[in-house]
Amino acid sequence: MRFVDEFRDSDKAHALAAKIAELCEPGRQYKLMEVCGGHTHTIYKHGLEDYLPEQITLVHGPGCPVCVIPMGRMDDAMALAAQPDVIMTSFGDMMRVPGSNGSFFDAKARGTDIRMVYSPLDSLKIARKNPDKRVIFMAIGFETTAPSTAMTILRAAAENLANFSVFCNHVTIIPAIKAILDSPDLRLDGFIGPGHVSTVIGCRPYEFIARDYGKPVVVAGFEPLDILQSIYMLMQQLAQGRSEVENQYARVVPWDGNLVALKAIGETMELRPYFEWRGLGFISHSALSIREQYAQFDAERLFSVPGVRVADPKACQCGEVLKGVLKPWECKVFGTACTPETPIGTCMVSPEGACAAYYNYGRLTRTRVKEASRS
Amino acid sequence: MTGSQAASHPSGWVAEALRAHDEQAAGRPARQGSPQPAPGTVREELVLDRIDRARRARPRVKEERITMSHGAGGKATQTLIEAIFLDTFRNPLLEPLEDAAQVHVNGARVALTTDSYVVSPLFFPGGDIGDLAVNGTVNDLAVSGAVPLYLSAGFILEEGFPVESLQRITASMQAAAERAGVQVVTGDTKVVEKGKADGCYINTAGVGLIEYAGTLGVAHARPGDAILVSGPIGDHGVTIMLARGELDIEADVVSDTAPVNGLVRDLLAQVAGVRAMRDATRGGVATILNEIAAAAGVGIAVSEDQIPVRPEVRGASELLGIDPMYVACEGRVVVVVDGTEADRALAALRAHPQGEQAAIIGQVTADPPGIVQLKTAFGGTRIVDLLVGDPLPRIC
Repeated sequence: MRFVDEFRDSDKAHALAAKIAELCEPGRQYKLMEVCGGHTHTIYKHGLEDYLPEQITLVHGPGCPVCVIPMGRMDDAMALAAQPDVIMTSFGDMMRVPGSNGSFFDAKARGTDIRMVYSPLDSLKIARKNPDKRVIFMAIGFETTAPSTAMTILRAAAENLANFSVFCNHVTIIPAIKAILDSPDLRLDGFIGPGHVSTVIGCRPYEFIARDYGKPVVVAGFEPLDILQSIYMLMQQLAQGRSEVENQYARVVPWDGNLVALKAIGETMELRPYFEWRGLGFISHSALSIREQYAQFDAERLFSVPGVRVADPKACQCGEVLKGVLKPWECKVFGTACTPETPIGTCMVSPEGACAAYYNYGRLTRTRVKEASRS
Repeated sequence: MTGSQAASHPSGWVAEALRAHDEQAAGRPARQGSPQPAPGTVREELVLDRIDRARRARPRVKEERITMSHGAGGKATQTLIEAIFLDTFRNPLLEPLEDAAQVHVNGARVALTTDSYVVSPLFFPGGDIGDLAVNGTVNDLAVSGAVPLYLSAGFILEEGFPVESLQRITASMQAAAERAGVQVVTGDTKVVEKGKADGCYINTAGVGLIEYAGTLGVAHARPGDAILVSGPIGDHGVTIMLARGELDIEADVVSDTAPVNGLVRDLLAQVAGVRAMRDATRGGVATILNEIAAAAGVGIAVSEDQIPVRPEVRGASELLGIDPMYVACEGRVVVVVDGTEADRALAALRAHPQGEQAAIIGQVTADPPGIVQLKTAFGGTRIVDLLVGDPLPRIC
């Protein structure tokens, strides 16, 4: 298939893998974080780690928007959905995420009207079709999906739609990366920067990582060769003692981002003083809420949201796993209290989470003879 | 973490999960039959052993109510079947959980199966709920080595459903029955109030005679066997997703719904070493491969670049972020055959018009048992597990 197969060429992968292996200093361990859940998905889907030498470990970061929604926030969403005449609409991948009392799927089974949509604009359609109902869109995601929520609010405002609102859970990636960088037990050598987020925010916001923390960042695309090339670029920087922000995904990511999208976000949303992340706790200015001017579309203003706070179970060590301090199996609840069927922490929620991946594939990964070390 | 903390947690399942952890931490003896880790084993090894034990533990439905995941064909469906249905009805004929049961009636070997159809939309490119209802049941019989003979048809109709649509459905059922060489010989009709069903649901049951002398079953797979598919995978599932019109994607793809009894008959007549066959419906080829690996206690290694997928299906799957390996087919068979007979089986499948694009997609291995590994086209490997959930309901 054109525009796909070119980025999955195994000959090129072998060549890149050899170059990456050459850049490894003997005896040195490298921990690189791919921030974005989409990258984690590519890494697993294509078995990319087979190309990496044992010395390089990929740490799966906090960039899975589904996984980072805290349990209390899910409980709030559930409470909103249970209000009279409400139709809650949500992306499919939110349906399984557990709150205190089960997931959207469970609530749906109990008779709550929760519908899956592929785009927030589909929620608008549902609102138009059901004027006697109050339609809420469960907005989640980083700067990648925030523009489409913003555009939907603007569209609803233009139509003066009275029965549509947004439960805004949009989060921003930079404060989360900063929280990880600021932790005293950090063990990361560099970052594979999030490609989709960067199409919106550009590459400049990462400059502080290279400048203030001395860690290289390479913004990467989502095909396996993109990621392999980004790892190569990171290893080159490390080998040469550089720490810069580089853009591997230049075919899509403009250095300054997408100004139209940023404007739409800025028009409709503002930073919250703080927001809770599953596994990482409260991070200041790490999420977006809807501006006063668009209050009529803000579910948090229209409905009484309980504001439930459910602390992460104490035994959960997602934060340490996310920072690369602990391996998944070193967490106290891994594989016992916390499993893919009954996840406690963010790393187990999505199949791409570090813990879920290790739970499913750990045995195999341990016994696998790595491609790169053979060659 | 103390017990009282776990109990005061507002969430039922978290409390339960933490209790489980406390029990583990307190050194509760391992379940019967599970290997005790050798002294001196590193902790990672202990953790992996614990996961293995949990996987082999008796399945239990943890949810209080049925969710859509229970019907999606993945892990939740499997748990529901084993923990509720198999546990209640347990008998030696049901236990293999094959596509059809084999019963002996007066010396004859009879295959018996049933399936319900709730597809939405009812009419889609390449077919409708009617031919699906006939082909699905015919195929469950055929892959059990039976010659399908008679079908029943039960209809649950929603008040207000157009008679003309019902006529279209029954006409395509009859056409499918004629094509497969079976007859619909008994039936049932129920009508429910508007809003209590979605137009038309159909249940069909079927019986067939097993004339094939060998024994078929996924538990018979052994290392060295080859795995084949009879044609491109994922056509039906992708067609249905696109036919719903929710995705605003258009592609020239039609359902593969078809009776496979002719194809299977030719294969069994020409190849002696066939060990098992399954039609890859809900859950797709990936689910079938996992069933084989689990039932036979073997590993399976398949190669992504050997698996036939139409470009349209691959393209739509890429856009939708789904994996064709998990997408339903309605006229494709997964065959496990003695490795020495693989080429002969491939030739037999390809000689039939429905098997022209058949392919050998992988092998059965001894290690690691219960695990399906995919060699990706990119050159890596990954595990192809059962899906925990499936966001795409009602495809058959």
